[in-house]
Amino acid sequence: MYDIKGYYDAETVSEATALLAENPNLKLIAGGTDVLIKLHGGQLEGAELLGLRKIKSLEHIRVADDGTIVIGAMATFSTVFNNPILRELIPILTEAAISMGGPQIRNIATIGGNVCNGATSADSASSLFALNAQLKLQAKNGERLVPIREFYLGPGKVALNPGEILTEILIAPEDYKGFGGQYIKFSMREAMDIATLGVAVVCKVQSGNFAEVRIGLGVAGPTPLRCLEAEEYAKGKKISSETLAEIGKLAVKSAKARTSWRASKEYREHLVEELTQRALKIAVVNAGGAELV
Amino acid sequence: MAYTVVGQSVSRVDAVAKVTGKAKYTDDFSERDMLIGKVLHSPYAHAIVKSIDVSKAKALPGVEAVLTYKDLPEIRYATAMPGVIEAIATDEVSVAELKYGTAGHPFSLDSSHRDKEDRHILTQKARFVGDNIAAVVATDALIAAKALKLIEVEYEVLEALTSTEAALKEGAPLIHDDCERNILASGGYEIGNIEEAFKDSDHVIEGEYETSIVQHCHLENQVSHAYVDSDRRIVIMTSTQIPHIVRRIVAQSLGISWGRVRVIKPYVGGGFGNKQDVTIEPLNAAMSLAVGGRPVKLELSREEAMIDTRTRHAFKFKIKTGINQDGKINGIHISAVSNTGAYASHGHSIASSGGGKFRYLYPTKALKYDPITVYTNLPVAGAMRGYGTPQIFFAFESHIEDIAKKLNMDPIEIRKKNLVEVGFVEPLSKNKIMSCAIRECIDKGRELIKWDAKKALYKKQSGDKRRGLGMACFSYASGTYPVALELAGVRIVMNQDGSVQLQLGATEIGQGSDTVFAQMVAEILGLPMYMVHVISTQDTDITPFDTGSYASRQTYVTGMAVEKAALEIKQKVLGFCHSMTDTPAHLLDLKDQWIVFKESGEKVQALEVVAMQSYYDRVHAQPITSDVSNNARINAIPFGVTFAEVEVDIKTGKIKILEIYNVHDSGKIVNPLLAEGQVHGGVSMAIGYALSEQLLFDEATGKPLNNNLLDYKLPTIMDTPKIGAAFVEKEDPTGPFGVKSLGEPPIVSPAPAIRNAVLDATNVAFNRIPMTPQRVFEKLKEAGTI
Ligand SMILES: Cc1cc2nc3c(=O)[nH]c(=O)nc-3n(C[C@H](O)[C@H](O)[C@H](O)COP(=O)(O)OP(=O)(O)OC[C@H]3O[C@@H](n4cnc5c(N)ncnc54)[C@H](O)[C@@H]3O)c2cc1C
Repeated sequence: MYDIKGYYDAETVSEATALLAENPNLKLIAGGTDVLIKLHGGQLEGAELLGLRKIKSLEHIRVADDGTIVIGAMATFSTVFNNPILRELIPILTEAAISMGGPQIRNIATIGGNVCNGATSADSASSLFALNAQLKLQAKNGERLVPIREFYLGPGKVALNPGEILTEILIAPEDYKGFGGQYIKFSMREAMDIATLGVAVVCKVQSGNFAEVRIGLGVAGPTPLRCLEAEEYAKGKKISSETLAEIGKLAVKSAKARTSWRASKEYREHLVEELTQRALKIAVVNAGGAELV
Repeated sequence: MAYTVVGQSVSRVDAVAKVTGKAKYTDDFSERDMLIGKVLHSPYAHAIVKSIDVSKAKALPGVEAVLTYKDLPEIRYATAMPGVIEAIATDEVSVAELKYGTAGHPFSLDSSHRDKEDRHILTQKARFVGDNIAAVVATDALIAAKALKLIEVEYEVLEALTSTEAALKEGAPLIHDDCERNILASGGYEIGNIEEAFKDSDHVIEGEYETSIVQHCHLENQVSHAYVDSDRRIVIMTSTQIPHIVRRIVAQSLGISWGRVRVIKPYVGGGFGNKQDVTIEPLNAAMSLAVGGRPVKLELSREEAMIDTRTRHAFKFKIKTGINQDGKINGIHISAVSNTGAYASHGHSIASSGGGKFRYLYPTKALKYDPITVYTNLPVAGAMRGYGTPQIFFAFESHIEDIAKKLNMDPIEIRKKNLVEVGFVEPLSKNKIMSCAIRECIDKGRELIKWDAKKALYKKQSGDKRRGLGMACFSYASGTYPVALELAGVRIVMNQDGSVQLQLGATEIGQGSDTVFAQMVAEILGLPMYMVHVISTQDTDITPFDTGSYASRQTYVTGMAVEKAALEIKQKVLGFCHSMTDTPAHLLDLKDQWIVFKESGEKVQALEVVAMQSYYDRVHAQPITSDVSNNARINAIPFGVTFAEVEVDIKTGKIKILEIYNVHDSGKIVNPLLAEGQVHGGVSMAIGYALSEQLLFDEATGKPLNNNLLDYKLPTIMDTPKIGAAFVEKEDPTGPFGVKSLGEPPIVSPAPAIRNAVLDATNVAFNRIPMTPQRVFEKLKEAGTI
């Protein structure tokens, strides 16, 4: 039995933002796979829920005329995984999508809920960080775009203002075209598990050198993060085991790992170093580079 | 012997009911106006309730009753329901003071053999985080949950003893006042003279091994409902393995006579030993009594069930083995510390039983076992599939591998040199090995995994991913004889058409026992399976007495009673036919619903005709029934082996099982497909035990860290490799149809086999399970491999 006081449905975004503006106590619910867990655990009580599942316009995935990839916030992980456009253009997101939960969860959990829940372990987040995703936030009186790196404020805390709904996730052409990538979810189980570490990398290769590298990490700190020092270092470097080793070391510098009963700081950092290299090795090949042996 | 139904993979008798959702579990049953009960759990591992104020909770609309350790008194018998429940306890003893034991063991007339009685329905002293301090009964679950938050408790917090070391240290506070030090029990056995055996040995080798606390994680959490019926008795429907024992223990916990309690067990969604214990039922009964006998449902959440039912005992072992140059073991000395948590439950029986079942595998001149079972402020450990054997075999099968490595011996040869032979009489139990195919099992497993070829292939590896092979053996038992009573009851009633109802005291809890019993009856009575109707529900008012499902006893022990009952029916049918046809019964047999001549197979009379006559013959009518009880004063020892191949990711510490085979000597296999299912389930549980599962607690406070299925790493199907199950079928002369047990055995040997494969791959010996990636990483780092 869930402690739910009220439930409202919206069929359009404007209806939803209007309802939100009217009643600031409303808690948005998309797939509910985080919200209901919180209700079950007692972190949410007497909830008044505003359901978004009837807003079909938020489920769309498309490429805009300028090449921007647009993912509706209500697209489920199954939809993301099965979408041919995303599979072709940004497979690091579809790989992240299939690594998430199990079939039942993927059929109902949304990518918007994943991002708005604010967890460092969100499987979509490291890929969206590496892809420089932008989030479109809609309120009754207007909308704004926020880069995903500015959206995550702390564990479970995101930059949603009262009254705002995430409507779309945008990835600009310059952020994905010509890149190859790889996502590695390191978890204790092969399904139904939270990542011990999520590593998403994209890179561009030019005559044996890294033209650009972007590394997004999940669970390496209180929020998903980017490894800017390692990325900076990689620019223009020859693709070699030595370069990868150095990138791995520098990635650890950006991580803010800590010891918890789930894993020690030392182990987490070791994984950052090792898995960043493993992911990059594959990303290089996906970007058209030669395989490192 | 050639059988027609026994030995066939017939479909489960409950398959259709289960897949169509027609099978009803406890939660599917409802009483009108059922109230909901919830429990207030202690947030402290060790604390005394100084004061408790329930006034606010009681005042909440919808709350029907609040119970505390002070407020479970006999008032309920005296005033609330005068004359309804007569307490056999005298006036001086209140229910609140009554202590009872919870373990699902048959009652013992000898009081020294009874389980320790150390539990109250609600306690004033919290002994683990989750202990039951108070309870509420309300009109719905939300109100009940709110009411719990309104109960104000003041605790005096005591030092939490979260390890056996802490519990045993000098001056540690006592968890139970009536125990000297925090030791529930100690004592094992000594066969031969261990010191002399060591003196006679070329090598004496020592090792230390450790296992962790894990949890059953049966699909269906503990759930029950209770009410007082029109006959003024307490009726409890509960998800249990042991209805007749629940009846006894609920009565004991309330101080009433046993016949005042009726327990009904519908379909059960798994137990694995956790439901071979009485957990929520006494409190549920008290809840109903507190509201004048109205129906109250008590259902644990997963988070509650993981800490407030039972767990598997964690063990620490020290082993010392004396062995000769040729590999022959002279003596083994095993010391063990078992962590039983806050209350006794099955307690020392786990250590004893593990040590008992171990004695059959490698008979030695001398064998000494010194276990102690220690109380700690952690959740209560009880029965769990394997009952002490996964622990001791993990330790010893790791140890013997270490010995082989040290002495540069082949791990298979060293075991074969020491394995038991048919005819061995185990000196303490006096159980005799009547069948033994462990050597054939080993040979089969070796072949299945291509041991020799792969061993050669993996000799020199240096990359990031390394492979290895390992194996481990086990012995078990079929039931508990001679330690405990092995009584089984069966009733068969033949219908007018020759079909039968089969009623058993033994409980189907998912393992498939109803199906194999039906197969036995079909075999003996010459019936097709669809004419054997198994009554799957146990009701202590109706069901023949049987102590329940545990100890891998059903097919062997209850099977004997089934055989006996079916043979009685057969005799009666043939006898009736004799009276109808003048053909002597001893010349007759049953086949395909006919009474036939035994020798020629010639048809004499259709079964249906005899059955009809047995109901309606104006002179001789006497419907054919049997109602038997069988006391199995014998045991059969099953054996088996696991072969595993792993790949270790040296850099991340992740272990992947590439191939795994369990080969069992469980005598005749009644239903190969169901048997395979048992093996798959057991091996997958063991894989979690070896690699990922462990209940974790904050060391200082004893608070559970991962009592949910996200953080407790039960393997999913994606983590489970293809599991190979194979059998070497040698019929055991003692069992019905030559069977030996198979329920628990599959979980015993995979963990050490996996550990030995990891040793083979990495050259590093992991003496503690689970071998989680971080532990593997740390240990490989320590060893300089990374
Ligand atoms: C069994 C199980 C397994 C799981 N496994 C994984 C896993 O492997 N990886 C992983 O990353 N997560 C996992 N999760 C967590 C969860 O499924 C994901 O975070 C999921 O993406 C949440 O999406 P949802 O649509 O269910 O969100 P909801 O629960 O509906 O909402 C989550 C949060 O986002 C807010 N929200 C939702 N939509 C919007 C919107 N459009 N605008 C603004 N705010 C919004 C809600 O108010 C709420 O705070 C798992 C959960 C379960 C129960």
